[in-house]
Amino acid sequence: MTTPSHAQSHPHYHINGKRPGVGPGVNWAATIKDAGLAAFVALLLTVPLVGLRTVDRPTGLGIEARPEEVIASIVLVFFGRLGLGLIRQGMALPVLILALVCAGVGLVLPMPTQVLRLVLVLGGGVIALRAAMTVATGRSKLSQADRDKRMDRIAAKVQHASRYIGPVAVVFAAILPMTPLADRMLLDIGILLLTYIMLGWGLNIVVGLAGLLDLGYVAFYAVGAYSYALLAHYFGLSFWVCLPLAGLLAACSGVLLGFPVLRLRGDYFAIVTLGFGEIIRIILVNWYQFTGGPNGISGIPRPSFFGIADFSRTPAEGMAAFHELFGLEFSPLHRIVFLYYLILALALVVNLFTLRVRKLPLGRAWEALREDDIACASLGINRTNMKLAAFAIAAMFGGFAGSFFATRQGFISPESFTFIESAIILAIVVLGGMGSQIGVVVATLLVIGLPEAFRELADYRMLAFGAGMVVIMLWRPRGLLAHRDPTILLHGGKTPAATGAAK
Amino acid sequence: MSAVMPHTTMNDKPLLSVEHLTMRFGGLVANNDVSFEARAGEITALIGPNGAGKTTLFNCVTGFYTPTVGRLTLRHPQGKEFLLERMPGYRIAQLAGVARTFQNIRLFSGMSVLENLIVAQHNKLMRASGFAIAGLLGLPGFRKAEHEAVELAKYWLDRVRLTEFADWEAGNLPYGAQRRLEIARAMCTEPVLLCLDEPAAGLNPRESGELAEILTFIRDVRTPQGHRTGVLLIEHDMSVVMRISDHVVVLDYGRKISDGDPEHVKNDPAVIRAYLGEDEDEALPPEVAADLNLAQKGA
Repeated sequence: MTTPSHAQSHPHYHINGKRPGVGPGVNWAATIKDAGLAAFVALLLTVPLVGLRTVDRPTGLGIEARPEEVIASIVLVFFGRLGLGLIRQGMALPVLILALVCAGVGLVLPMPTQVLRLVLVLGGGVIALRAAMTVATGRSKLSQADRDKRMDRIAAKVQHASRYIGPVAVVFAAILPMTPLADRMLLDIGILLLTYIMLGWGLNIVVGLAGLLDLGYVAFYAVGAYSYALLAHYFGLSFWVCLPLAGLLAACSGVLLGFPVLRLRGDYFAIVTLGFGEIIRIILVNWYQFTGGPNGISGIPRPSFFGIADFSRTPAEGMAAFHELFGLEFSPLHRIVFLYYLILALALVVNLFTLRVRKLPLGRAWEALREDDIACASLGINRTNMKLAAFAIAAMFGGFAGSFFATRQGFISPESFTFIESAIILAIVVLGGMGSQIGVVVATLLVIGLPEAFRELADYRMLAFGAGMVVIMLWRPRGLLAHRDPTILLHGGKTPAATGAAK
Repeated sequence: MSAVMPHTTMNDKPLLSVEHLTMRFGGLVANNDVSFEARAGEITALIGPNGAGKTTLFNCVTGFYTPTVGRLTLRHPQGKEFLLERMPGYRIAQLAGVARTFQNIRLFSGMSVLENLIVAQHNKLMRASGFAIAGLLGLPGFRKAEHEAVELAKYWLDRVRLTEFADWEAGNLPYGAQRRLEIARAMCTEPVLLCLDEPAAGLNPRESGELAEILTFIRDVRTPQGHRTGVLLIEHDMSVVMRISDHVVVLDYGRKISDGDPEHVKNDPAVIRAYLGEDEDEALPPEVAADLNLAQKGA
């Protein structure tokens, strides 16, 4: 391959290598040596980790060698590293083509073993992605900072355009169920998306505005859901009575959690909210007599049409049937459409609240708390009350969403309120760009919508989801549409000073 | 010096009385039995070498620390008295009317300049917005209050010459402008006592000249209620201190070593010792000096 002296004759390899397109020449020897070294490390690691496998034999536990996999992974690492080295030295385009060919061959042509196919497709795919990134960024001759600035400008434009996009999106959402497109599946996905949008907007109050990292938001969702389910189960209260009650109870639980916790800051605060989320779930699992434990609560009553009419074919006593009331043909879709409009209205309430409160002293104090907690105290702002208000209001909206969830599902169990739900809602807020209302919508479409749309891909969708999150965090650590417009302008944004604000 | 200052009203009761203030952190005594007074319509400068306990004293006055021993009395022009050491931090700013700035600037850097000044008027606006309920409903009372808040903000923006930057993100302002904005923000709380922690730090001579102008303006102007604001100032830039302050308090190792008008303090031997070091013969106890002499002879 190469000799040490040969490598030493190119002491500036790394310096040159880090700049794509600096020199046209490719230092083959050093690149191959580098790839060989990586392959050697891979050999050391894969022999014990991949190469040996314990198998259950009738005579006892045995060890089986898997040389194929070891060789495959070493080859993968060698060519992967080689590809990376070449990309760095300005050979991105040839590598891209080669990698794509490899992946294509692996996909299309019949292979003697599955392992070989995996090596070709996976290795080719990853290298092709990396090469494509370099080609794309190299073409535009943009540095990371320039790209950030460009994305910031896009975010600002989207934010400004949201004045027009917003109403259009709302009108679109409102007429969607009336279009012939609307089938059961589309409406169900719509309801799911709107539920997460509502939760995202609710959590945005705490995380985006007040700057408190809440990892246990799902607890309030659970409190809302169980409030409705239990009130309906034990007292037979209807959905429309329970909805405000569930919000109130969730807000109370928010205050209850907030009092001891708000003196903590940063990471400690996040950990305690995480704990709170788990406490609620564990109570729900273990308080068998009251909550039904892991079996959950079934037979939760469906919502009526504002207490006037029922959506079933044969309504309960004292209720009219919805289809008879409006002289329609009976259709099970009526209830779904009604639920869709219900969650749309609830989500819009949360959005309107946030848009308005940002322009009020309460909302401005939240944002100020996010920016600098100590300065707030020096200005006479009661930090505890402000944070409690943020917590209680966000919890209330979570409670509304929870009771909606309960009435839609008709069945709830602690399974629905695990930490992963909190994490997904938080991911929506953070990916969208903290504090950005339209960002939440975009992120929900990405985080919830895409995996729903590609349900056939089964487990791979979670892999793609993870990869997507990593890419977004690398490229836009502050979130996709992180841009903040002032809530009040002195010059109406007309002076050059305002538009050119040091951008 | 104070005789030529017509605005000082020596007969009035002082705005702030610090009496026997001691602040201990475990074994460390940051302030040791410090007493002084600050008056409305005067600039009281607090000076001293690094680690003299100036910022600790500030933090006691503004409620960030609760003093171990001592009494801090703030007298409003209307005659109301507040015992600051018994009030929680935010209450001191809210009720007693003590505003402060920080040694390392603490602006709401992601928010606009104007928003910074509006947030400073939080308590007033919160009441006007009916604790957000009337505001959410869009009642006119809040809009009027917000208009007044913007007017006050505009007034102070004009005073610190930041009007054209009103819609900028505060974090994007140049350093000197950030310092001025912090002072404007503190003034928007309509304080009776303004505490400034090293406002001239990091400013060039021209900027600190402008700062001195702003501070004398704050001292001399009467508020709409007809009273004057007291200014308590920590500063290392002696040219600023000697030019604008009416009263200087010098701290060293947590103790007050001098107190008086700038001319008096400048010539006080204790102050000169603290700043320039001590004369060897004077400083050493006789027995130590004798030992030293012996040692020198032996060598």
